[in-house]
Amino acid sequence: MEVKDIKIKGIPYDEFKDNDTLEKYVEELRANGVGIITGVLDDIINWGRSNSLWPLTFATSCCGIEFMAVGAARYDFARFGFEVTRNSPRQADVIIVAGTIVDKMAPVLKRLYDQMAEPKYVIAMGSCAISGGPFCNSYCVVNGVDEFLPVDVYVPGCPPKPEALLYGMMQLQRKVKMERFMFKDKEVKENE
Amino acid sequence: MENIKELILAKVPDAVIEDKQYLTVTVKPEDLRTLAKMLRYDEGFDYLIQLTGVDYGDSLGVVYLLTKSEDMAGCIVMKTATADKENPTLPTVSDMWEAANWNEREVYDYFGVIFINHPDMRHLFLTERWKGYPLRKDYDAGRDVNPLDLKSYDMSDTTVSYVSEGDGLKKIEKKLFEDDDYVVNIGPQHPATHGVLHFRTALEGEFIRKIDANCGYIHRGVEKLCEGLSYPQSLHFTDRLDYLCAHIYRHGLCMCVEKAAGIEVPERAEVIRTIMDELQRIDSHLIAWSCMCQDMSALTAFIYGMRDREKILDIFEETGGGRLIQNYNVIGGVMADIHPNFVQRVKAFIPVMRKGLKEYHQLYTGNIIARERMIGVGVMSKETAIAYGVTGPSARASGIHCDLRKITPYAAYDKVEFKEIIRTEGDSMARYMNRLDEIEESLHIIEQLIDNIPEGDFCAKTKAIIKLPEGEYFQRVEGGRGEWGVYILSKGDKTPYRMKFRSPCMTLVNAMDTISRGGKIADLITIGGSMDYIIPDIDR
Amino acid sequence: MFDFSIWTNWIDQFLRTNLPEFWALAIEFVVVGVIILALYCVIALALIYFERKICAFFQCRLGPNRVGPYGVFQSVADMLKMLIKEIIPINHTDKFLFYLAPFFVIIASLLAFGAIPWGNGLQILDFNIGIFYILSVSSLGVIGILLAGWASNNKYSMIGAMRSGAQLISYELSAGLALMTIVVLSGSMQLSTMIEGQKDCWYLFQGHIPAVIAFIIYLIAGHAETNRGPFDLPEAESELAAGYHTEYSGLQFGFFYLAEYLNMFIIASIATTVFLGGWMPFHVTGLDGFNAVMDYIPSVIWFFGKVFVLMMLSLWVRWTFPRLRIDHLLNLEWKYLLPINMVNLLVMVLVVIYGWYF
Repeated sequence: MEVKDIKIKGIPYDEFKDNDTLEKYVEELRANGVGIITGVLDDIINWGRSNSLWPLTFATSCCGIEFMAVGAARYDFARFGFEVTRNSPRQADVIIVAGTIVDKMAPVLKRLYDQMAEPKYVIAMGSCAISGGPFCNSYCVVNGVDEFLPVDVYVPGCPPKPEALLYGMMQLQRKVKMERFMFKDKEVKENE
Repeated sequence: MENIKELILAKVPDAVIEDKQYLTVTVKPEDLRTLAKMLRYDEGFDYLIQLTGVDYGDSLGVVYLLTKSEDMAGCIVMKTATADKENPTLPTVSDMWEAANWNEREVYDYFGVIFINHPDMRHLFLTERWKGYPLRKDYDAGRDVNPLDLKSYDMSDTTVSYVSEGDGLKKIEKKLFEDDDYVVNIGPQHPATHGVLHFRTALEGEFIRKIDANCGYIHRGVEKLCEGLSYPQSLHFTDRLDYLCAHIYRHGLCMCVEKAAGIEVPERAEVIRTIMDELQRIDSHLIAWSCMCQDMSALTAFIYGMRDREKILDIFEETGGGRLIQNYNVIGGVMADIHPNFVQRVKAFIPVMRKGLKEYHQLYTGNIIARERMIGVGVMSKETAIAYGVTGPSARASGIHCDLRKITPYAAYDKVEFKEIIRTEGDSMARYMNRLDEIEESLHIIEQLIDNIPEGDFCAKTKAIIKLPEGEYFQRVEGGRGEWGVYILSKGDKTPYRMKFRSPCMTLVNAMDTISRGGKIADLITIGGSMDYIIPDIDR
Repeated sequence: MFDFSIWTNWIDQFLRTNLPEFWALAIEFVVVGVIILALYCVIALALIYFERKICAFFQCRLGPNRVGPYGVFQSVADMLKMLIKEIIPINHTDKFLFYLAPFFVIIASLLAFGAIPWGNGLQILDFNIGIFYILSVSSLGVIGILLAGWASNNKYSMIGAMRSGAQLISYELSAGLALMTIVVLSGSMQLSTMIEGQKDCWYLFQGHIPAVIAFIIYLIAGHAETNRGPFDLPEAESELAAGYHTEYSGLQFGFFYLAEYLNMFIIASIATTVFLGGWMPFHVTGLDGFNAVMDYIPSVIWFFGKVFVLMMLSLWVRWTFPRLRIDHLLNLEWKYLLPINMVNLLVMVLVVIYGWYF
């Protein structure tokens, strides 16, 4: 399947700024012989998963307030189905790391991530989570949460506007829709 | 003032008294407690505002800023230093001012100074395995000394205390929790701690027996970072401390630098700064109200508060460029002139907010369930508030007059007329009502200023590189949660030698153990919501 | 009023004439079981969708509207995701009890489900202790919650489970006594008899003051039974992170999630049956034309309409009020609701003896 085939309501393929990352992802999969013809069952399940990503309530500093503002009435991420923020990591799908991660907090975050149930995703929100932000020269700040967590989407800003976070979540939805879910061990050759 | 100089010299003949921004008394460590007792009990300086550790190069010292709770305008500064950098010790003052408890732990964290007879000498912000003392000038900040460790360690249940024995020190271990205490961890990741704060709570059924608060989960080392940055650069960190009062904190640091460098701010800038401060205060109190209601599970109230807040954010965004972090104040004034729509938008907002306040009272304040949960819960007596150094709406709910806008007016606050909201019950309901009433007062202040913004420059001309003359500078401003302060020690360079931020929220969390004991877990959440602390402000 | 028992009897006769009795009954059981399960899932998904939309409207926002027109497929997406989530095997838990707990909750509500009168002739279990059966079966859910809290080996879950145990056991009393008040009025515990007795006038109006008081008490107590709204301490999101179901993931959590909404539905349908006439239309004695129009609307629509109104009330209360503290909750029950209930029951007995009802 093509990246172009993924439909996100309201934004056509051309309006997404970063299509290259997903295209490269697809290329790599194809080069490794993993056919990405997803069957109808895969499509249905991916549709279900991408429209129901429940975030974990996790916010350390300023970006947390913008995260709360996205949930509030004006921006309302409930429209996408994300408003059920679960407090227990076992029931959450995505952890939006909003705020600076310092050396003392890093083991706690790693533990939270480990406690989450598969399939799980990570969004690094704000420049502190991406690379340490304004505090990158400090003696106890982790320069980016990707030092110990696999990040799926980076949302830059200090803090990112709520629209930016919604855009980031839509990119995550596209990524989820690309994934192959059923029969991951079987290799399927692509039709030329 | 002359009177007090004589009294000090009578008690402590070796004291060095200087007349600087505030009267400064420097004593040797041996005389510190004598002087402290005299000031505390005889002269009535019962409020410890700030306790700052400084590395003077050849010695490690502490600077104390004290004031009286009846008259918070006048301050006195006490200083001491120890030349022993291998095993530095100083006597504690935490038995006289409870606020000193955590502040001395912070000095221990940053400089390694051990306070003799301190009941709980543990690290406050850094982990127990941290090597080195970060704010000393010879600290190696490399990653190989303190690498990132992802392993989870158990927190220890004991604390240490040092008493002097003969020539040296004796270490006494104390238990924090008994073996059969049911200890629950509330936080660091928890929906209701307003950030990453860790309460280790010993429970008996639903009743709280003891709380041990752990901070440091968002300790970013801002004070050390500021030592390497110029003054305009360090402004950026003040926005990110208490991000809901970003404007007010930045205003505070700008004022400190302007007063020290002798830069005069044009009147237009003063009035704009005041209006923006008050809008920021309304924004901060709205979030405090929304989050408190959310913690008590009235989620609709949360959405209503955030909805009204969005209108303020629109005003901020149009003029300052940012919603949460505006970067609007600069040294000398404001960064850009107000947008042409500013005045009209603010005037349109005021009646909307008044209507909103009526709605909030209808929806939540009168509700019997809310009243049952807030009235009589978490009573903070006046003595407790003074001992812990609590300021802001929480202290005013316990009957203390501490609104710096009235006591030491700055910017355009002396030109406007407004009430200081004081209540005496000291429970969560009083703190809650204080915030809502303060929103009303802020609207009143804005109304008086918005039509009379004087013409002129919005920013004074300053040199490209700002160097402050040698000396110590203090500044105190009224933030949304209490008194925020700055202490700059300058050696004449373009970067500060030491910059310290006085955190109002640290005092609030410090007091949580005392006022929550005997309550239930649900009460802890209510009290936390009513005290309204922001964690990055504590941890800096 | 169209009587669905015409169709069900026809199907029954058809099966019995063509198959031996054992097979006819077996097929009927399986079909009824499948219908109940399907109805269970569909109603739960619809309720989840309604709750999100309605709470969004209370809060001046839109709610799910991207997944399907007006967001109607949101619950389906949630269900798909829940089905394929990993169920994490946790060490140091009592594994048998841990896996058993969600089933108690589901089975309790399914058993109650079977006894609800959906329409004229559409009642699956109808026997002479109908109300008593429903009360006893819905209290099995408490066991599931206590087991979940205990077996999770987690201090938060324990606290949540203990609170829940205290709360549910207390409010059972009030709910039961409020229903007994109407049993006194109707003279029978059998649900179909009670509905027949409301042909001319609903019990809420027949019993005037004591019935109204019993209705209000039942709504409060029933609400507390379902761990919703101002009484949601056991899963107090902002206090205990997630209460008794903190350690559950995937489908097991899905069971708890569904069972909560279904319990709300069951409480509303029992209130409808006992106080508001079940599937009986609204009749006014004397206005025959009006009554004929009311009869024209099918009984199933009447039933679902009344249940819907009661659930809207439930949602309204949940999204407006803050949460009660545990001691206020127990105070409310033992110091206020129970005494009022007992006095009310006495009053109702007097009303019935002296014939002071309509």
